[in-house]
Amino acid sequence: MFVVKLVLKNALRHKLRTILTILGIAIAVAAFGFIRTIVTAWSAGVEASAENRMITRHAVSFIFTLPYSYRDQIAGIQGVEEVSYANWFGGNYKDASDWKNFFPRVAVDPDTYFSLYPEYIVPADQLEAFKRERNSCIVGAKLAREQGFKLGDVIPIEGDIFPGKWEFTVRGIYEGKDKTADETQMFFHWNYLNERIKELQPGREGQIGWYVLKVSNATDMTRVARAVDGLYENSRARTKTETEKEFQQSFVSMSSSIITSLKAASYLIIGIILLVLANTIVMAARERMREYAVLKTIGFKKSHIIGLIGGESMMIAIIGGAIGLALTFPAAGALAAAFPTFFPIVNVEPMTIVFASAIALLAGIVAALFPASRAVRMKIADGLRSLG
Amino acid sequence: MKIPLSYSWRSLWTRRLTTTLTLFGIALVVFVFATVLMLAHGIEVALIETGSDDNAIVLRRAANSEIVSQIDRDAANIMKTLPEVALRPDGKPIASAESFVIINLSKKESNDMGNISVRGISPQALEMRPQVKITEGRMFTFGTREIILGDNLPKRFQGCEIGQQIQFGEASWTIVGHFIAQGSAFESEIWGDVEQFMPAFGRPVFSSMTVRLTSPAAFDAFKARVEQDPRTQMAEAKRERQYYREQSELMAAFIRILGLLVTFIFSIGAVIGAVITMFAAVANRTVEIGTLRALGFRRRAVLGAFLIESILLSLIGGVLGVGLAALMSFVQISTVNFGTFSELAFGFALSPSIIVSSLVFAVAMGILGGFSPAVRAARLNILAALREA
Repeated sequence: MFVVKLVLKNALRHKLRTILTILGIAIAVAAFGFIRTIVTAWSAGVEASAENRMITRHAVSFIFTLPYSYRDQIAGIQGVEEVSYANWFGGNYKDASDWKNFFPRVAVDPDTYFSLYPEYIVPADQLEAFKRERNSCIVGAKLAREQGFKLGDVIPIEGDIFPGKWEFTVRGIYEGKDKTADETQMFFHWNYLNERIKELQPGREGQIGWYVLKVSNATDMTRVARAVDGLYENSRARTKTETEKEFQQSFVSMSSSIITSLKAASYLIIGIILLVLANTIVMAARERMREYAVLKTIGFKKSHIIGLIGGESMMIAIIGGAIGLALTFPAAGALAAAFPTFFPIVNVEPMTIVFASAIALLAGIVAALFPASRAVRMKIADGLRSLG
Repeated sequence: MKIPLSYSWRSLWTRRLTTTLTLFGIALVVFVFATVLMLAHGIEVALIETGSDDNAIVLRRAANSEIVSQIDRDAANIMKTLPEVALRPDGKPIASAESFVIINLSKKESNDMGNISVRGISPQALEMRPQVKITEGRMFTFGTREIILGDNLPKRFQGCEIGQQIQFGEASWTIVGHFIAQGSAFESEIWGDVEQFMPAFGRPVFSSMTVRLTSPAAFDAFKARVEQDPRTQMAEAKRERQYYREQSELMAAFIRILGLLVTFIFSIGAVIGAVITMFAAVANRTVEIGTLRALGFRRRAVLGAFLIESILLSLIGGVLGVGLAALMSFVQISTVNFGTFSELAFGFALSPSIIVSSLVFAVAMGILGGFSPAVRAARLNILAALREA
């Protein structure tokens, strides 16, 4: 009890220094949590992918399309429960140089797509209205909030991959089943795209960007992939079939060096926490060498001295870490608000919280090591002589 | 009278451990600050150097990158013959109608698939791009299924050596050479004959058209002509350099915003470290300061001495940080270019302005961290200070 009281009194002797140190640790821990959150937001698509879905795309790369005729052939493969398909539309909404106007625009099969993606919840009447109207679309709830889209609004898009002026009427707004679902996309009829492109650029009709396969049994996936790709081995458009997770992962790994540098930055932050805390503790211990000598003289053990120094270090680290963790949440919220569609899903993961707390605690221990060992090994006579 | 510089210098030396800790903190922050700027600058260098002021690139209207653009053969032929396009001595226009697609190759280190840009060029393309030099092997022969690879690819991808074949677009292509292009984005591309690529990829239209202008000033006339002719008005002309600058904007801005945010947070940590060190320095030397004042040094001189001590500390840290960052120029990394969705390799590029801003940043941290402790030192009462300890 005595040691605890002394630790508290010691920490308050230089109030400004202690407060600054706590502040420094809090900001660094918050930064750590923030960067980790960006890293997880980056790969959110991978986390959100379903266990029973596979993607079939052109083997050369994702910019090439597959013929529509593959649909029935793929559906006939044993183990494939349902097949849907989609095309990346691209295009520009308003001023494309402002990245807030970017959101994914995808042409899908209205009859099957939403049954393969049960995590996108569309009210039944809206889904019916969407299916009935050729040039209608369904937008994500988050996108609708950001851009102010309401049911009945017309969204004008200037095409690039599919040139021309396009207009889509909002007939539905989907919500994610949970926090991991992407609510920033816009879906419209593949048929509508196909018919218009047939008029504008004959020869480009009947093209599919990628097929989505629902597989009845997850253990079947390797076999299904081999069966599909084997079917088109010698055809004009060879395919590459992979699990949805692998498909998403391939997009994330394209920017893997950014993620690596972000991770490196988060490790450097640990260094900053240590430097700030170690600086304070080393300084405090040096000023108090004489007191430690007195404590030793009147019979306090080495463990008391270690407890004094380590306790102060841990206390500062824990308070700073707790404030930092509390700050992580508004920081992540600000990130989500600043890049609504660039980072569609921003959540502070439980692992991030665990890591951040562990780092603060570890820093508390490491920062005390050197000054504590110095104080323990110090000869009493030297300590009494020291001027601090 | 001023307090000599050696006083500040020796004071730092006396408290080596805390000085070193603070120094490393500042060096670390400056290192991160400088590398972030170098990274953003590296992307800009790689992409902007790709373009030339003498060239104009024509894309389909509303297409922000070659990957989504289409130019049909008739329009390309019309644009080639416009009077603003420079001619070769034999009277042929210097213009290249190009196709641009992406293929997948396996990375060397991880077996992951990477997206690679494949550019089909016309015979005049090399005249527009004098920065392209074959380093190994030879140039491909037009009319054959031969390709040359940018120098970055064999370093990072499997099966990219001369003599090897790459399969794509229902044909196999023989690698006959490697080329460099002054560190530009071309070094991350595969080049071949556009007339071979188009049928192989089943694409009847070009992606873009690049022409050499008779002079950079001819651009406006060229643009007006392209965009007014009803046969080519679905296209839009841009200066080549401008086009590549726009390609780099998103990526460079993203790295800058994120990186500087991180640096800002780091710098708060470093400033706090400096404040703590300097406050301790003041507290430890109360008697010393009292003595200085008693000797006749003015408050201003004491303030200056402590501020200089802090600036000295941060400047050394800054130099250390920039020095470490300079080592990063040997590192090359690659990332996805959001404009074309393909890999772009680039280096950390150091520039004089980055060195200057890093050092200014370091000194600013020193002043910020040292100011209030220095004020406290200057405000000390002589008698009280001398009586201390």
